[in-house]
Amino acid sequence: MKIWLSVVVIALVTAAIRFLPFLIFGGGRKTPKIIEKLGRTLPYAIMGMLVVYCLKEVHFTAVSGFLPQLLACLMVGVLYVWKRNTLISIVAGTVCYMLLVQLVF
Amino acid sequence: MKKIFKQALVATLPVLTGYLVLGFGFGIVLKANGFGVGLALAMSVFIYAGSMQYVAIGLLSGGASLLTVALTTLMVNARHLFYGISMLEQYRNIGRKKPYLIFALTDETYSLVCGGEPGLPEKERNNYYFLVSLLNQSYWVAGSLLGAGVGSLIQFNSEGIDFALTALFLTVFLEQWLTAERHVSAVIGVAASVGCLLLFGRENFLIPAMLVIALLLCICKEND
Repeated sequence: MKIWLSVVVIALVTAAIRFLPFLIFGGGRKTPKIIEKLGRTLPYAIMGMLVVYCLKEVHFTAVSGFLPQLLACLMVGVLYVWKRNTLISIVAGTVCYMLLVQLVF
Repeated sequence: MKKIFKQALVATLPVLTGYLVLGFGFGIVLKANGFGVGLALAMSVFIYAGSMQYVAIGLLSGGASLLTVALTTLMVNARHLFYGISMLEQYRNIGRKKPYLIFALTDETYSLVCGGEPGLPEKERNNYYFLVSLLNQSYWVAGSLLGAGVGSLIQFNSEGIDFALTALFLTVFLEQWLTAERHVSAVIGVAASVGCLLLFGRENFLIPAMLVIALLLCICKEND
């Protein structure tokens, strides 16, 4: 029973976080200038934050702690700037990373 | 509608890979902790937050109090506040689908919809957002059900496949970088996150990083 209650709590808190900005600023009222500005500039900062978040396990105490990530990210970056194709970059980068962590490091 | 569906399907292919695998992993770990397919289904349908669901397994099996559960959820998912703030205008007049679009705003869905879809007329654009959101969740649900159901039967060395999501975020970041005129906001996002990561450690850096990012974006001149 407590398991299911916990699931309900997690679901409610998660939904509350997702709905909160829309509940506060969503209605007919005018959104404050500062929030509008945040809304415009945040996407760029968020994607940077998410990339760092994904790479947070990187460490420099051993070569295997950063080199696979570095090489795979370079692969993604170079391919993307060159081809501008999301799928090619992601597939190539992921295969490269998997080979590196499974076979090399 | 068929064309839009195809477009949404192609756009979500990277998420398909990532969610199937991560959902699968979630299902396996949940099962290994003595829980069943029903719980996997309920969590992936009603919570639908990847990293939180992983964290939740520990809380559930460890018998954490409801208060601990609520506070942990708040900490782990706080970043979703940002997605809402930045989607306020884009999702403003979107009609009946709005509640689901907001509910389904995960990291990955956000990364696919935040750029808008300028090539599409408004009506179709709304359908596109909806299909992207729904497809992504269906991948996640399918992955977790498979993992909890038959996970223990399948042998496949998938180590490292979760890099697909890192790669997805990196390509969105690069696309924004290549199309934006100024990069102040992107630099703030990366610098504040790295700074807080070094300062607070990997478990606790996200909330301080969010505060610093919000503060710096507020005081900087318009920089998009």
